Amino acid sequence: MQTPPPLSFDFAPWRLSGTVYGTLLNDPAALAALGDAAHAAPYKAPPYAPVLYVKPRNTLAANGATTAVPASAPALEIGASLGIVISRATCRTSARHAMAHVAGWTLVADLSVPHNSFYRPGVRFKALDGSCMLGPRVVPLHAIPDPDALTLLVSVPGSGARNFTTGGMQRRVTQLIQDVSAFMTLSAGDVLMLGVKAGSPQATVGDSFTIECAQIGTLQGHLIAQTLEEVA
Amino acid sequence: MNTARVAYAGAIHEAHPHADGLQLADGRVLREHDVVWLPPFEVGTIVALGLNYADHVKELSKELTVTSKDEPLVFLKGPGALLGHRGMTRRPDGVNFMHYECELAVVIGATARGVQQADAMRHVAGYTVCNDYAIRDYLENWYRPNLRVKNRDGGTVLGPWFVDAADVPDPHRLSLRTIVNGKVTQSGNTSDMVNDIPALIAYLSGFMTLQAGDVILTGTPDGVVNVNVGDEIVTEIDGVGRLVNTIVGDDSFRIQEPPSCASNT
Repeated sequence: MQTPPPLSFDFAPWRLSGTVYGTLLNDPAALAALGDAAHAAPYKAPPYAPVLYVKPRNTLAANGATTAVPASAPALEIGASLGIVISRATCRTSARHAMAHVAGWTLVADLSVPHNSFYRPGVRFKALDGSCMLGPRVVPLHAIPDPDALTLLVSVPGSGARNFTTGGMQRRVTQLIQDVSAFMTLSAGDVLMLGVKAGSPQATVGDSFTIECAQIGTLQGHLIAQTLEEVA
Repeated sequence: MNTARVAYAGAIHEAHPHADGLQLADGRVLREHDVVWLPPFEVGTIVALGLNYADHVKELSKELTVTSKDEPLVFLKGPGALLGHRGMTRRPDGVNFMHYECELAVVIGATARGVQQADAMRHVAGYTVCNDYAIRDYLENWYRPNLRVKNRDGGTVLGPWFVDAADVPDPHRLSLRTIVNGKVTQSGNTSDMVNDIPALIAYLSGFMTLQAGDVILTGTPDGVVNVNVGDEIVTEIDGVGRLVNTIVGDDSFRIQEPPSCASNT
């Protein structure tokens, strides 16, 4: 398993750092789907601050990559998110100044083993090799006048296609940057995912999928079975 | 052999212990305070374990919502958390409970995927000491422990030395302790890990590829207490190292008022 070279682009900061943070439950519908459970044990209360997760370097993959589905998982969830590419050190940055810290935008295919408990970090579900595809390119900040009103089309041939909008999130792009940078510094080339909408499709061994955004392009991936050689 | 990475006189150097402090690869001998200590190796993925010492589980049992422990509690951290020996870690004004965690850090050498426990130790390059701070005020029960608790800037201290695996004959029989302002506040032994190093490598490599430079922070025993601005925290593991860190306040960061989550309703 080889980590791909970081995606590069022709404006500062020129390449991704390789650090990718996901944002959990930024879609109010995803939280609402939990119903009263969000107020009951083990959660006790809905999230207050942004809930993040790390997509480590073994997960990073390029557009068109192939991802192995573990034998223990019948399918993977194909999460589609806008990727916010950070331009410079971002520490305690207000929403008002947040866009000055954004270099541009990309798409993220965040693949995970479906899980319905969010109490523990779920690394086993979210850190599969090749489960974070970035691309097909990074477009500059001003290529997208309103990042909170994009349409992402997720298609899994055989299971149809679904449209998602980046709108209606609990935290829009600038607010997310403010609330994340309040407790940790983001660096040039880091990718912060705006978050996956509720109702992501699933795909299984043999499937291909695409995530399309008119302003960014089409990100595609393929799922295969995990081979014995790979595990050995 | 013990190896450090230090900044000195405009460059980053590999260094080794010397009777008078440390010696750079180019021959210069320096005192401990003459250099800036960096994490002692190029750090890849940072994997941390929670609740991996039985006594620490007991210590936290009152606040645990779920006590079942059917698989290791693993979480990941970003590179912004990293800090070297003799660094300074910020304690935000107004928090009630920020604590250290003395942990044996296991550094991966050879790529590991689907590794059996019996073969796991062959993938270990070496060890260092970690002090992995947490601010419990920010605990929430979503992907707990959440990054706001455990992924603070400069909250994951590593060093001073990377120690070759060959020089640590039994990593599962090491005394470790934390000393706050000269007083021992935490004391334990790596023999008390719930999931030992082979079990952790087998578990992790069962779903992800571990690569050279990835580090596993193996958890902490009981005895975590609050630390305050000005405290000197020494985390120490016999045969691995003695890692010093100082707690600093908001003043030097020019923070006027604590940031909040204004968008949350």
